[in-house]
Amino acid sequence: MMMNIFSKKSAPRLMLFFAIGVLTMPIWLDPVGANYPDLLQKFAIFGIFAIGYNILFGLTGYLSFGHAVFLGVGSYSAVWSFKLLTMNVIPAIIFSIIMAGLIAAAIGYVSLRRSGIYFSILTLAFAQMFYNLAYSVLTPITNGETGLQLTMHDPRIIDNALSRTVETGLPSTDFFGISMNGYSGFYFCAVMLIIAFYIYLKIFSSPFGMKLKGIKSNQKRMKYIGSDTRPYLIAAFVISGMFAGLAGSLMAVTDPLAGAERMQWTASGEVILMTILGGVGTLFGPLLGVGIIKYLENIFSAVNDSVLHSFYSFLPQWGENLLVTITAPFVGEGWHLTLGLLFMLTVIFLPGGVMEGFQKIKLYFQNRNKPDKSNNSSEESSNV
Amino acid sequence: MKHDSNQFKVTRRQALKTGAAVSVAPLMFSKGVWAANNYTNNPGYKSTVTLGFNVPQTGAYADEGMDELRAYKLAVKHLNGEGDGGLMNTMKPMNLKGNGILGKKVKYVTGDTQTKSDAARASAKRMIEKDGVIMFSGGSSSGVAIAVQGLAQELGVVFMAGLTHSNDTTGKDKRRYGFRHFFNAKMSGSALGPVLKDEMGTDRKAYHLTADYTWGWTQEQSIQETTEGLGWETTAKVRTPVGAGDFSQFITPVLNSGADVLILNHYGKDMINSLTQAVQFGLRDKNVGGKNFEIIVPLYSRLMAQGAGDNLKGILGTANWDWQLQDEGTKAFVRSFGKEYGFPPSMAAQTCYVQALLYANACENAGTFYPPEVIKQLEGFEFDGMGNGPTEYRAEDHQCFKNVLVVRGNQNPTSSYDLLDIVKEVPRADVEYDASIFGGELGPYIV
Repeated sequence: MMMNIFSKKSAPRLMLFFAIGVLTMPIWLDPVGANYPDLLQKFAIFGIFAIGYNILFGLTGYLSFGHAVFLGVGSYSAVWSFKLLTMNVIPAIIFSIIMAGLIAAAIGYVSLRRSGIYFSILTLAFAQMFYNLAYSVLTPITNGETGLQLTMHDPRIIDNALSRTVETGLPSTDFFGISMNGYSGFYFCAVMLIIAFYIYLKIFSSPFGMKLKGIKSNQKRMKYIGSDTRPYLIAAFVISGMFAGLAGSLMAVTDPLAGAERMQWTASGEVILMTILGGVGTLFGPLLGVGIIKYLENIFSAVNDSVLHSFYSFLPQWGENLLVTITAPFVGEGWHLTLGLLFMLTVIFLPGGVMEGFQKIKLYFQNRNKPDKSNNSSEESSNV
Repeated sequence: MKHDSNQFKVTRRQALKTGAAVSVAPLMFSKGVWAANNYTNNPGYKSTVTLGFNVPQTGAYADEGMDELRAYKLAVKHLNGEGDGGLMNTMKPMNLKGNGILGKKVKYVTGDTQTKSDAARASAKRMIEKDGVIMFSGGSSSGVAIAVQGLAQELGVVFMAGLTHSNDTTGKDKRRYGFRHFFNAKMSGSALGPVLKDEMGTDRKAYHLTADYTWGWTQEQSIQETTEGLGWETTAKVRTPVGAGDFSQFITPVLNSGADVLILNHYGKDMINSLTQAVQFGLRDKNVGGKNFEIIVPLYSRLMAQGAGDNLKGILGTANWDWQLQDEGTKAFVRSFGKEYGFPPSMAAQTCYVQALLYANACENAGTFYPPEVIKQLEGFEFDGMGNGPTEYRAEDHQCFKNVLVVRGNQNPTSSYDLLDIVKEVPRADVEYDASIFGGELGPYIV
């Protein structure tokens, strides 16, 4: 509905702004208390996950309820690469993307025989299956509920061959010597996000992307004009699975541990929430959704009564207590409540997500700035 | 003070921090960059020091988590010299002065582990990276405890484990930066053995239902070793998912298995559900080969007893501590906790409170917050007056050794808190074991 058209010229400028925006996150997120490596990494990682999801859901309209599978597969693959091969992150990432792609191809091949609600249910069933496999059946590979972790006695064949071993304690993941903890880990994820976003942008504006949008608007008509949609759907599903695999591997890169809960259906639901909250099918919407949800999860969930008291301390005692009592259920462990309310308000008043809100504000100001040309501008917008 | 905890305003310090973060970003938090006096979250000349309390506020172990949080808040009060001082009146030897830790006022931040390793690590990372905690504590699941203990070692921040009962926490997954005051499955088995022999004899067939993660696995193993040592047979060992809610599909097969003892390696809401369903299925009224069918819950807590109600009457288990003990430490803590919240503390609360005080005391002893020095103070530390009799933090595996309680669900409770009878206080010598049997390595002091 918007953001669909990008002239070839504006793409590099857009990429430049995007890259600057992502890399300066530590500065502009500081005032809201979100500037610490773990949350910044989460923003970047889930950003990749959400834009990957948007390739499938936003472009083709196929609602997958099982995308967390690829996130989990990516994480497990990456941790196994750390355990068996090397602590360098590059093989881990490549291995994860390939594994996620293979699993996506298998799931996609079966699930994409159906569309609509049947497709959603099939993917949900696969997700639940993989979750249970990881949780109990495949315990030797996944270490069950405890989660897969590094140990001191992992083989790490390549590292040992090159005698890149640590004397004491567990080694940390590295990118040719740069440790992936803290801010360096964030910058690595940020660069990955920028690369992923570039691919995503290209897919949006490519003929392939147009085909996918065609499938969303009317798949029957696509078939009537002689275009076989199935290969395109499978390709979109696999690409989107690979994005999720990349996100999963980055989760393991910044924190070498993989747990089955990453594959639970709630994790799949979360990425749907992110995409819808931000704006399905829009370029930046999913990223906004990621920002909102991860911020609520990490910052709001940590607000307790004493923080609230100091926040309202400028008020008289009774006012402070009253406001703390009113606010307390919405923060701390009640952050889900806030998220739920926010989601409902968005879906009811802004079906196009937060992006639609921005668009409305933009239109409002455009119209106010040129009051005399108000007739023209409405014509213009209908032309666009 | 107000500005510090107000995260919605930019202070000069935050602005400076951003500048520093951007300029030295790639070096921060990477290994090997700390000199002896520079370590993660060094409080330096600040007048306050922050502790992190990472407990399950949602999920199967949420009840324990909420009680842990109450205990931590109380501990912070006492450390800052507010309230009646609690165990600071009875702990010995003790260097705490009631003026915070090393003269710095104690503040705290909280987090929700959701009983999930991922969420717990994210929450712990927030505490370390954003809130600048010098120590973090909590947890009500061994899976979570092991996951965050690894993180503690990586980032060089001391983790004082709360309620975690798996042998692995101070066994094969032990870490230099992780400490556990709570007892473990091995100790439960050793304590329970003689009582089981007296009450149920040596010719029994046991059926295990086990929570499918590290704690369940090690408890199942320890209890099996104990019961097979008595001459019991093990009929079957069935793993159940954590937070399953409905255990009927696992309990039905028990009826026809020929077993005459059901061992529930469950905890929290899981244990409440599985026990309630086992009783509803009529297991306790059953008679197998002339023997009354028995249920054993190796790890017991009063919070679970409250949830399970009458179903728990007469059932045997072990506990780390109980508020009805009669020593000075217990009395002081129960009094102080009761005055604050109006009801007696659970054993989860007690272990968390004690852990907070032990850490603070170790800092006072060391005269610094520098983790390697604090760790050396805790290793081998012997103390008394904290409610469990003379206790020692064993240096080899960071496990506390103290008396263990064998308890039974009270047949005639006089109040809604008087739910457990203490059958036997098993002396420390009977539950001690060789530190090397579980393997594992603590790792380095300086990371």
